[in-house]
Amino acid sequence: MFRNQYDTDVTTWSPAGRLFQVEYAMEAVKQGSAAIGLRSKTHVVLACVNKANSELSSHQKKIFKVDDHIGVAIAGLTADGRVLSRYMRSECINYGYTYESPLPVGRLVVQLADKAQVCTQRSWKRPYGVGLLVAGLDESGAHLYYNCPSGNYFEYQAFAIGSRSQAAKTYLERKFEKFTESSRDDLVKDALFAIRETLQGEKLTSAVCTIAVVGVGEAFNILDQKTVQALINEFEISGEEAPADESAPEQSGGAAPDQSGAAAEEEAAPMDI
Amino acid sequence: MDTLLSSEGDSQRTQYPYVTGTSVIGIKYKDGILMAADMGGSYGSTIRYKSVERLKQVGKHSLIGASGEISDFQEILKYLDELILHDNMWDDGNSLGPKEVHNYLTRVMYNRRNKFDPLWNSLIIGGVKNGHKYLGSVSMIGVHFEDDHVATGFGNHLARPILREEWREDLTFEEGVKLLEKCMRNLLYRDRSAVNKLQIAKITEEGLTVSQPYSLKTFWNFAAFQNPTVNAEGSWILCLMMFCCTKTCAFVDASFSFIARHGSA
Repeated sequence: MFRNQYDTDVTTWSPAGRLFQVEYAMEAVKQGSAAIGLRSKTHVVLACVNKANSELSSHQKKIFKVDDHIGVAIAGLTADGRVLSRYMRSECINYGYTYESPLPVGRLVVQLADKAQVCTQRSWKRPYGVGLLVAGLDESGAHLYYNCPSGNYFEYQAFAIGSRSQAAKTYLERKFEKFTESSRDDLVKDALFAIRETLQGEKLTSAVCTIAVVGVGEAFNILDQKTVQALINEFEISGEEAPADESAPEQSGGAAPDQSGAAAEEEAAPMDI
Repeated sequence: MDTLLSSEGDSQRTQYPYVTGTSVIGIKYKDGILMAADMGGSYGSTIRYKSVERLKQVGKHSLIGASGEISDFQEILKYLDELILHDNMWDDGNSLGPKEVHNYLTRVMYNRRNKFDPLWNSLIIGGVKNGHKYLGSVSMIGVHFEDDHVATGFGNHLARPILREEWREDLTFEEGVKLLEKCMRNLLYRDRSAVNKLQIAKITEEGLTVSQPYSLKTFWNFAAFQNPTVNAEGSWILCLMMFCCTKTCAFVDASFSFIARHGSA
């Protein structure tokens, strides 16, 4: 995209019927580090790549818990993402206070989208430069939505945003048909594989990624580093390229108690839940 | 005007109710909720209106019954109408259930109470959603709770004790109606604001039905009510004594037994 005379104002249309400022905002999303979401009938998993500015600093927080039944992963301007997360938390809490009931994800997402739309129609505002993957549970099951700076939102079975997300999307496109019936753990594994795709050869460790899960009977929670590392070790040690054999992790988990020392990491496999 | 507490023209103090409905009773039964209320609207001690519907549907899943000021109930129905309208306008797979309606009303009642401008009602909300039965109560000051059987006003004193004895989890529809009728009959005898014209509403997963108004059979053939004027002769003296000596109960008692012993002249 190059500069032209119609891109100064968000309230200026181009002759081709485009709002360039909004499109530039969507570019900002593509510059952020990758975030991935996938869902089954009962669970939704969010995963993201953590970029730290330098070895000295901590990495940016990209996944936010919005309520027990909703969480969000962001890509793009993290400051904008933080502010929108706060808005979402506020909406959830207010709804819960009035109705003693969790705010349906679908409604939150529409409110978020309407909020984003406002910024595309005021001359004194700018669009939010962040894309949000909203994962949540409501009466009708598990949902994953993508909210755009343009004010659009879409529901997805699986999606990836941010830099090098195309690699993850290719992986997800191959696998998505079986996601609906996937177990929670398979879903997490698929998320890790998808993250690995975006790393393009870089080593996947729990220091580089964050995983969060929400599902029926499981409140939204971010998995701790140890758990994630154990999961990564599991499929890397078993030498799996793709989650072909579901019984393989159980076998390695079962054999572990007999081993000692170095194999202690394998024992920590949470697959035997 | 007390300008320290409120601004001029804005002075709202506790209101007085004008046209009121009396008790509402609600119970859970096997398939859902049953609610009963009579159709009376009293204007003080006068039974002014006899066709007031005090049980109303709210959305797809809920039923509300109200006692207290009828105009405030109508106001509440307007709020609920708007609430349900907006809920429907979302046009998604979600809908407000009885639990949500109950809590919404609790907020409304409590906030009005805090402004010293209450909606003078006691409300009962019941309903079934996704197989879950819900029955709750909110008062004019925002006191709210859920239970297997609830009542407002006199119902709390006259109906609840019956329900505590006889309510069961697995009541059939017929048993539930009989139980409610037993309570309503008791109220009819003992509550002066009760009228003998009631409706019973049933709400289940399938939907809501409000019965046509009907009356209960009552029994007045008690011995004490036979020949009510049997001791009337001479009783004008008794009335006079009672009028003059308001505090001398013993004296009045004595006079009573004198007449009873000696009969009328």
